[in-house]
Amino acid sequence: MSTALAPPRARSRLLGRDVLRLGTTGLRARPTRAVLSALGIAIGIAAMIAVVGISASSQARLNDELDRLGTNLLTATPGKSLLGKATTLPADAVGKIGRIDGVQSVSSIAVLSVPVFRSPLSDPDATGGITTTVADDALLRVVSGSVRSGDWLNPATSGFPAVVLGHAAAERLGVVSPGTQIWLGSNYFTVVGILDPVPLAPDLDRAALIGGPVAKELFGFDGSPTTVYERSDDAAVDRVRSLLGPTITPQSPSDVEVSRPSDALAARNAANQAFTGLLVGLGSIALLVGGIGVANTMVISVLERRREIGLRRALGATRWHVLVQFLGEALLLSALGGVFGCALGTAVTGVMALVNDWPFTLPAVTIAAAVASTLVIGAVAGFYPAIRAARTPPTAALSS
Amino acid sequence: MNAIISLEDVQRSYGEPPVLACAGVTLTVERGELVAIVGPSGSGKSTLLNIIGTLDRPTGGVARIDGLAVADLDDRALSALRAHRIGFVFQQFHLAEGVTAVDNVADGLLYTGVPRAERRRRAVTALGRVGLSHRLGHRPNQLSGGERQRVAIARAVVGDPPLLLADEPTGNLDSASGAAVVELLHELNRQGTTVVVITHDVELAETLPRRISIRDGRVVDDFAEPGVAA
Repeated sequence: MSTALAPPRARSRLLGRDVLRLGTTGLRARPTRAVLSALGIAIGIAAMIAVVGISASSQARLNDELDRLGTNLLTATPGKSLLGKATTLPADAVGKIGRIDGVQSVSSIAVLSVPVFRSPLSDPDATGGITTTVADDALLRVVSGSVRSGDWLNPATSGFPAVVLGHAAAERLGVVSPGTQIWLGSNYFTVVGILDPVPLAPDLDRAALIGGPVAKELFGFDGSPTTVYERSDDAAVDRVRSLLGPTITPQSPSDVEVSRPSDALAARNAANQAFTGLLVGLGSIALLVGGIGVANTMVISVLERRREIGLRRALGATRWHVLVQFLGEALLLSALGGVFGCALGTAVTGVMALVNDWPFTLPAVTIAAAVASTLVIGAVAGFYPAIRAARTPPTAALSS
Repeated sequence: MNAIISLEDVQRSYGEPPVLACAGVTLTVERGELVAIVGPSGSGKSTLLNIIGTLDRPTGGVARIDGLAVADLDDRALSALRAHRIGFVFQQFHLAEGVTAVDNVADGLLYTGVPRAERRRRAVTALGRVGLSHRLGHRPNQLSGGERQRVAIARAVVGDPPLLLADEPTGNLDSASGAAVVELLHELNRQGTTVVVITHDVELAETLPRRISIRDGRVVDDFAEPGVAA
């Protein structure tokens, strides 16, 4: 409420919108320098965003895969008895498990110690790590596997020397299409199908799968499974898990080992996440170096612009106005780098997602964090130069 | 109170042991005067200009500018004084390169809280006052030295300050441009602005009605032509 007469004492004022314009004067005067020093920030931000984006996209792919494969698959395998002896699962394990409340489907395999070769002429020592495995009809459905070419075993083919090869087994035997004959346990078996990789049961990739009846007839298979696969309702997984051991061998439930294959996939991903943390750490070092670059540029700029500062002080700028101008310039410089870095990081993530066929995923919070960290870096990097600018004596405009 | 500049035994020393650049200056400039402060380089006239312009504070004595004791004012108050009450003209013009004459002049009001559109409007008027209405959109590198100094003068007077300080305003100009600039200062003075010109150029000083001679940080002569209010 000052009257018109009293006051020649108007204050020195700088409007907010003018601060923004002032912040750009240094950048416009030396654009190359501005771009180069912003580049440091941009690279740091881009590195961090790309690391997080790539990791998030691959995680998204894994989640998709888990959704597709399901996390409700449990496997039961023979463990060790209390005395340390290897145990076996009873032949009726599949039937018993099928009667647990909540179980949707059950299947089993039995690994036989029968060697597999491409032909009778193959070197008997070169087994190639392929296991002869007895499978039942339900197996492929329970483990969410799929046939790449040919057919899965059916009640008709399981009585004959027919074999379905896992993905890796087919590769190692050099079998590319069904109809080929292989030498399995001193018998010719005809390949009727080849599987795609089975993420939830990687053992099957190296298996030569044959039917129960032919196994019993040729190799004396006793019907005792080595792995039981079971799917239950999602809500029942934990309960079923605790019931598997007592159901299979009520007299010694601890003889049965139960595991959840989807956990293994998740664990593999957790290991990747730890690596991501390391890369983010490296990215933040790049960001720090970028911040130092901005600080360096600003210090030089303040030294060069002593006269401009002096002039502004003569025109009525307070120390605070000078501080705000240079702080604004540093913030603008790093924001410039931040925006460019966000774009670059997003582009890198996009390319990686495209190349690897991942779903593009970049959490919004990452971008928000990147923008926030550029602003923090700009403020920290600009603070010291801005203080120096504010301390430049007003007489600097006159001393030539 | 009415004097726009009132210095009483003003001293300014630098360094340790102290060297007196200003060794006790007492002088008064009334409103509406046109004054030359003249002295050779090293005489302490720049130090005096800094103190009169409130860019620097005296280490001894009392300096009152526009009625305010400089020693009592903080940075904000001094800045406000410079923003609203004092206009500066420099030997090197100090114009921003790559910025038009209008925008350079408008910057004279940057720290007064006037919005940009209004600043530019008043800048156009100020450029008219210095006879540069035909150079509004020109950048400093498209202007002659004399024109640049006139842009700088327009910037100094765009806010209509009662006090205009000119530090060697003709120092970088040829004599014709220099004479035009001096005539402009006379004109501004006739319109009511107190003008103080700091120079080592005795010839220039001779054209002004009052001359204060400085040597070794002291006033050695204060000559006012008769008929001029002192």
